[in-house]
Amino acid sequence: MRYIISILIENEVGALSRVAGLFSARGYNIESLTVAPTEDASLSRMTIVTCGTESIIEQISKQLNKLVDVVKLNNLIEDAHIEREMMLIKINVAQVSKQELMHLVDIFRGRVIDVASDIYTVELTGTGDKLDAFIATLEEGAILETVRSGVMGIARGAKALSLQQ
Amino acid sequence: MELSGAEIVAQFLEDEGVDYIFGYPGGAVLHIYDALFKQDAVKHILVRHEQGATHAADGYARATGKPGVVLVTSGPGATNAITGIATAFMDSVPMVIITGQVPRAFIGSDAFQEVDSVGISRPCVKHNFLVGDVKDIADTLKKAFYIATTGRPGPVLVDIPKDITAPHIKIPYIYPESVDIRSYKPVTKGHLGQIRRAAELLLIAKRPMIYTGGGVVSSNASQSLTELTKRLGFPITQTLMGLGSYPASDKQFLGMLGMHGTYEANMAMHECDVLFAIGARFDDRVTGQLEQFCPDAQIIHVDIDPASIAKNVHVDIPIVGDVDEVLSDMLEILKTIDATPDKEALDGWWKKIEKWRKKDCLQYNRKSKLIKPQFVIEKLHEVTQGDAYITSDVGQHQMFVAQFYPFDKSRRWINSGGLGTMGFGLPAAMGVQLAYPGEQVACVTGEASIQMCIQELSTCLQYGLPIKVINLNNRYMGMVRQWQEFFYEGRYAMSYVEALPDFVKLAESYGHVGILVEKPSEVKSALEKAFAMKDKLVFVDFITDQKENVYPMIAQGKGHHEMVERELA
Repeated sequence: MRYIISILIENEVGALSRVAGLFSARGYNIESLTVAPTEDASLSRMTIVTCGTESIIEQISKQLNKLVDVVKLNNLIEDAHIEREMMLIKINVAQVSKQELMHLVDIFRGRVIDVASDIYTVELTGTGDKLDAFIATLEEGAILETVRSGVMGIARGAKALSLQQ
Repeated sequence: MELSGAEIVAQFLEDEGVDYIFGYPGGAVLHIYDALFKQDAVKHILVRHEQGATHAADGYARATGKPGVVLVTSGPGATNAITGIATAFMDSVPMVIITGQVPRAFIGSDAFQEVDSVGISRPCVKHNFLVGDVKDIADTLKKAFYIATTGRPGPVLVDIPKDITAPHIKIPYIYPESVDIRSYKPVTKGHLGQIRRAAELLLIAKRPMIYTGGGVVSSNASQSLTELTKRLGFPITQTLMGLGSYPASDKQFLGMLGMHGTYEANMAMHECDVLFAIGARFDDRVTGQLEQFCPDAQIIHVDIDPASIAKNVHVDIPIVGDVDEVLSDMLEILKTIDATPDKEALDGWWKKIEKWRKKDCLQYNRKSKLIKPQFVIEKLHEVTQGDAYITSDVGQHQMFVAQFYPFDKSRRWINSGGLGTMGFGLPAAMGVQLAYPGEQVACVTGEASIQMCIQELSTCLQYGLPIKVINLNNRYMGMVRQWQEFFYEGRYAMSYVEALPDFVKLAESYGHVGILVEKPSEVKSALEKAFAMKDKLVFVDFITDQKENVYPMIAQGKGHHEMVERELA
């Protein structure tokens, strides 16, 4: 099963490699990992998407918690949560109808953020499934390049992963 | 007080109460060595190889419970130390390793003797630091000692670039008395509700079993464990790392469990209905085949490391906390519960256990004309009145000590259990002997293991360490040979140690005493002679039976009830 683990970690040199090293050393799987500093610059927030059995996820969570730099951790699947991923996608519009593409972008609530001759760059956010679905609508050969942020997640409601809670 | 970075290191170690530091100088730590030279509170022990420094610090830590401290240079100094760091990590030994690093401006430039020490040590330390500023040296060292010694102990490495130890940069120094790390708050107090549930389950058990590990040693919980075990009247077994933390001479003790454990301990594990696991981590050498592990048992597990609980085996009542605190709380709770263990069921259980015990699974041929390694260990126990500190290397000799030297006290049995590091024994014995100069310290080893850190014989002469080296010389890597006999149809690939040195001459050339023993009748007198030389290192080379194996044995992938036993002619 797929799980999303959120971590607050000290924003220090090497913190990311401690987490990545843990996954590779213990043979755990990482589907995606995103990391950036929080509003408190001494902390980074990391979102890891992984999969495994319940007992493996429990072990991953415990091992992550054991890292001295990890301040807090929660498993988003346990609670109602929102997840988002962002994609930038460069599309060759020489062969496709620009109007049709704009229509598609609208349906997926994307935005065209750069235009060059025959090249549109589109920005799209949503769940991973939505981004996959957008890619599937495009004809073969139309995609020049994609870049995806990996999943970010946050719990619904008052629950927060912060120093205070 | 204005001090340079190097002086801060030396002054901090003194303020932290460090009496010995094990190390080897080199370019990146020369400023620190110069500062150490100018003081005499912290005594530096010069080893002959950095691996020896880490094992010596490790032996010191295991024997005393205080952190072992290591100082090595950058590059090869750091990489040579890795084996010893990993050894300490696997057995949860508190250790602080200070490594020199190239000056900050050179980091990342492939400078002379540069290696990413923080990166290379990361998987085998509890934590590590690269110090970025002279102002951070004292605080970082304080954090390192705090992390190494609290929670589940372990090695912590502090990498210090040479330029921040330079003598001309001086800053004010105050010893940091305390430390607060917001991301590191180990839990020591167990959940009282869980402890009560566990106590209640123990009291209704029909076939209970106590299984304890190195956590009892780390937590200094021998007394509470003994009191609890006596109060309950349950059988108890221990892992290789736990031996000594419950008196082995007591009749409730069933011996070690696991791959080379006793028949009675393993059978009792297999048939128990409640298993009380304390400070043990269900290692594969202990559990055997997991699917067949304690098939009928409900399991209570006490451990300070939450990640150790339910890692390999499902646990019914987990208790996170310091072993000594949890057991003390349990003793208090037991006083409040109006019930006692089921005496009738327990009597029946003990009868069954005594039947298993009668098999005498450790028997060996005592009439042999060749020296049996077991016989040497039995005599060693006799001659030292069972009161020596014994270190070992890794292999058959290590198992023979575990089986034939019953330890009654904690921290007397010092060996590399988790990583299984050959070369550990001699340097570890140096650390023990330095900590306890008046005590008997023996290193039980084999002709293969001893050669992995043999250079430390030179260190022993320099510091006058009267260790007794008990070399069980069977001219084979015994455990490798045993597996090849059992599982590879006797194809002894590379397990025969050809071209062995004359160990007596070797010991003599290092300035020590060497004794060769070839007959069983000479074993005891040789040991007596060796231990009578109180101020000399004596290397006793016992020429033992080449074909002796360690029994009983659970082959890999088998259950506790599927032991292979020795067949005596």
